[in-house]
Formats: sequence, C-alpha cells, structure tokens
Amino acid sequence: MEKTLSFRKLWCFSSNKLEFWHNQRPKTLILSVLCGLLIFLLFTTALLMDDSGLSTQLTLRKLPPSLQYPFGTDWLGRDMLTRTTKGLCLSLQVGLTAASVSAIAALILGLLSAGPSRNMDRLITGLVDVCMSMPHLVLLILISFVMGGGTKGVIVAVAASHWPRLTRIIRAEVLQLKSASYVRLSAKLGKSPLWIARHHMAPHMIPQFFVGTLLLFPHAILHAAGLSFLGFGLSPHTPAIGILLSESMRHLSTGYWWLAVMPGLTLVVTVKLFDILGGGIRILLTPKSSQL
Amino acid sequence: MSVIQWIARFFLAKSLRFVILATAVAILSFTLVSFSPIDPIRAYVGTDMLTISSEQRELISKRWGLDQPALTRLFLWFKQIASGNLGHSMIFDEPVSKVIAKRFTTSLMLMALAWTLSGVLGFIFGSLAGIYKDSFLDRIIRWYAYTLASTPAFWIGLILLTTFSVSMDLFPICCARPPGIGPDEVTIWNHLHHLLLPAATLSVIGVANITLHTREKMIDSMQSDYALYAHAIGDNTFGIGIFHGLRNAVLPAITLQFATLGELFGGSVLAEQVFSYPGLGQATVLAGTRGDVPLLMGIVLFSCFFVYCGNTLADLIYTWIDPRMRKEVG
Repeated sequence: MEKTLSFRKLWCFSSNKLEFWHNQRPKTLILSVLCGLLIFLLFTTALLMDDSGLSTQLTLRKLPPSLQYPFGTDWLGRDMLTRTTKGLCLSLQVGLTAASVSAIAALILGLLSAGPSRNMDRLITGLVDVCMSMPHLVLLILISFVMGGGTKGVIVAVAASHWPRLTRIIRAEVLQLKSASYVRLSAKLGKSPLWIARHHMAPHMIPQFFVGTLLLFPHAILHAAGLSFLGFGLSPHTPAIGILLSESMRHLSTGYWWLAVMPGLTLVVTVKLFDILGGGIRILLTPKSSQL
Repeated sequence: MSVIQWIARFFLAKSLRFVILATAVAILSFTLVSFSPIDPIRAYVGTDMLTISSEQRELISKRWGLDQPALTRLFLWFKQIASGNLGHSMIFDEPVSKVIAKRFTTSLMLMALAWTLSGVLGFIFGSLAGIYKDSFLDRIIRWYAYTLASTPAFWIGLILLTTFSVSMDLFPICCARPPGIGPDEVTIWNHLHHLLLPAATLSVIGVANITLHTREKMIDSMQSDYALYAHAIGDNTFGIGIFHGLRNAVLPAITLQFATLGELFGGSVLAEQVFSYPGLGQATVLAGTRGDVPLLMGIVLFSCFFVYCGNTLADLIYTWIDPRMRKEVG
C-alpha cells in the first residue's frame, strides 16, 4: 500500500495538471471561499428581502412548492421561502453570537487554567467536568429555563454551555507549549514571559483559537435551533427555524410535507457550509496539513 | 491483588467520585435556579395568580420554605436527597423519583434499541470504510457521516415521520402504544411498532460518530507492520481487515459507544418530542417549559448519574476486554 501511494505521488508530480488537483491546498481554499460567499449571500438576501412574503394571503393557502413559491406556502398563505430565509438568518445570528461569547470565555478560562495558579486550574477543570457530566441538551434546557426563556435565554444557554471543550483544548495546548523545549530554551536565554507569549505562543494559539471558534458554530446553530424547536425561547411571532419546524409538526399528519422538509433542508445545508468552512480553514492554518 | 478485590476497589473509587460530582452538579443547578427570575409560586399557581390572596401566597411560601435563606434551603434539599426524597412533581402530581422511574423505563427501550443499532451499524460502516480507504464506498460512507453530523435529530425525525407514517402509513404517528389499549394489554409487537421510528431517528444520527472513529482506527491498523506482513504472505485486503484490524478497532468503538450516552439522552429528548413518545425526554421538556423545578432538578441529577454510569462501564469494559489490561489487573 505504501508503494502504490508513493507511485501515485511520483506520477502526479510528473504532470502539472494532476499535481494541481492532488495538491489539497488550492482545492481547500476554493471550497472555503465558496462556502464563505454562500453564507454571506444568505445574510444579504435575508436583509434585502421585503416583508411582503410574510403577510397573510388566505387565497394562497397551503400551496405545494412551485416555480413561484419554491418552498410552498403555509396554512396562512405566507411564503415559506421568505419565512425560511428570515428564520434561518435569525437562528444563525443567535448561534453565532452565542458561539463567539462562548469562545472568548473559553479563551480566558483556558489561559487562566494553564496559568501559574494551581487552585485556579483545579477550579476551572472542576467546572469543566461538572458542565460535561450531564447531557448537553439537559444543561441547555436548565439554563434557558433559569433565564426565563426568550431569545436571551437561548443565547445565554448556548453561550454558557459550549465553552468546556474549547477550554480543555486551549489549556492542553498552552501546557504543552509551556513545556516545549524551544520555549524553555528561550526562557533560559533571558527572554521575558511576555516576549515568549508573543513570539512563541501566539503563533500557535491564534489559529487554534480561530479554528476552534469556527468549529463551534455548527454546534451552536444546531443547539439554538433544537432549543427553539422544543419550545424554549423565541416567540411564535419571530419565525426562527426551530419554530417553523415545530409549527410544521401540527400540519404534517395532513400531508403538508414541504413545511418541514424545505426549512430543515436549508438548515442542514447552511450548517454543512459552516462545517466545510471550519474544516477547510483548519487544514489551511494547521502547520502539519497546510502544505499537503 | 485478586480480581474481586480489584473490582471492589474500582467501584468504591467510582462511587466516591460520583458523590463528589453529583454534589457539585447539585450546587451548581441550585445556584442557577435560585438566581432565576421565575417566581416558583407563580409557576405553580399559573393563571389563577390573580384569584389568590397575599396571605395564601405567604402560606405556600412558608410551606415550601421559601422564606428561609438560600443556604438553609440548600442544606434542607441535600438532607432530603440523602434520604431518597427528590421532591414532588407539580405537573404529574407524583413523587419525582416515581415519575423518573416510570418515564425512564419507557425511554430505556427506545434508547437501548437505538444504541445497539447505531453501535452495530456504525462499526460495520466504519470498518468497511477503513478497510477500503479512499474507495468509492469509503467516500460514500464518509460523506454520509459528515453530513449527518450537521443534521439536527429532530429534522430527521420529521422526515421519517412524513415518509413512513404519513405517506406510507406503515408506522403510527405518535405515542408509545395504540390508543384505547391499557398498559397491561400491550404486546411486544405493539411496543416495537411504536418504537421503531424514534429509534431509527436516533440511530441515523448516532451512527456518524462511531463510524468516523472506527474508520480512523481501522486505517491505523491497516497501515501497521503486521498488516504489511500479512499482505506480503498473500492475505487479501478484506482478510487483513477482518483478522487483524477488527480486534483492534472494536475496543475503542465500545468505549466510545458507552461514553456517548449523554448524546443519546439529548437525542432522545428531541426524538420523543417529535413522536410524542411519553419518555423521560418529553418529561424534561415539560418540566422546563412549565416550570416544574423539582422534576427538572431530579432529571438533571438522574441524567448526570446516567452519563456517569456510561463512562464507568466504558472504563470497566476497557479493562475487562483488553487482554493486555486484564493481565495487569489479574
């Protein structure tokens, strides 16, 4: 197997065209840029879209997907495409805000935990253990219940429950860096801790943190959607994607499949875009894989 | 050290750790709830709030001990938990422990079926993908696993529900048993009939994690020296995978499967909501949306115990199955 692999490599290098496609870097770059563009497009469409699709038109009730209404209309004659786009945008905002807050918390806690104080480390790792000891969804429900529901409740719940894993990663990374031979050598050579942090630690930590945050987004978006699906938070007047789906449950048994299929499919595609974007940027930024 | 001694020590250490962890979880959730802006009396009385007088409110507050400081309440609560009393559920009007026990047995069947299905299927998919790395099959399996990782469980549930229950009319739309039949008259087929779709929902999602993990392990052992040697003496790829790779991949797979009980629990909350399945997941949502604090706290502690059991079992099985570890113990 080893042999076939190396033959293939040799063969690839002999031809320029093949080399381009077997080299992962341009492909990953193009894919990531495309995903970023699509996400940007979604946000601008949601902003530019007028609200006419949201008005009730009883003559156009329950139309299956057609060219004019690609996602069909609901039981009040509202255009599902408009509702889905707006709802998705809202869910994304909730998810992204919460994930960013969570990532910053993880950065601070992770750095504190890897810092000089042993007791601080014990406290933070203990907190991480406690938060990870119950099912994630139960923690989400508990926090959004405590916050009294609403959009704020969902954001706080998602933000307050996504930091433990990233905190662990950051803590481990800093501890590993602290004991790395070049860092110790640098300290022996008389460099100040601040200099070491800036020149030896930051180049490792910044991509790690950035990628960790990007990879939090899909989880956060899905959990925000799940919470609103379960009926926590967002009111029925603001059509978040979870609300659309839980509303559709009441109409499924009468055969209006598009009410559930279309918004859900859009959600899956969007989350997948974030996932590809995060994965691509990780490949490009991690030194081990960036040159493959 | 004999095996029995070792097991006794193992369980003692694990139980001690659990007590510490559960105390921490209880303190954390108590603090969260006591800072909540929700008025427990308003949540209890509901829309009749305007009809009760302030004396009645005070009476309820006194009966619940709400007039005492938070720390006293925490200790009283701990004392009750230690004596086995988790409180009284408001929405079900039953002791919390009873509600949890009843609901959990309903959920257990669902979770067990889904857990087994996703474990077996995930292991098979992962092994195949790992043995035939970079093949067409591997690409399909990988694509499936990665896509499923970004799919919400409740949406899969909705899709299965529209396809198999509404369009094809093969499975019931809701609940755990047919309407009009008492819990004593239900046959095992009735149960399975209602279980299958929610369990399939959980499995379709649960497969992803274990598939990707098994695939990695399989690739590792397919690239090892012993696999290369087997290749050299004329074994074919599939044979190497079965006789050399499988045993190496099964151990981490089992460990992972036990360690993901938390995700299974979370998934069952969503699946039960979609299929109106009267299990613990649905009770969790009801407790949260209708403000039943005792039940919610009970479920938090119970789910914590459930996840901890999973992790402990994973540890135990790891030492028990692996011949190298067993030698160390025995």
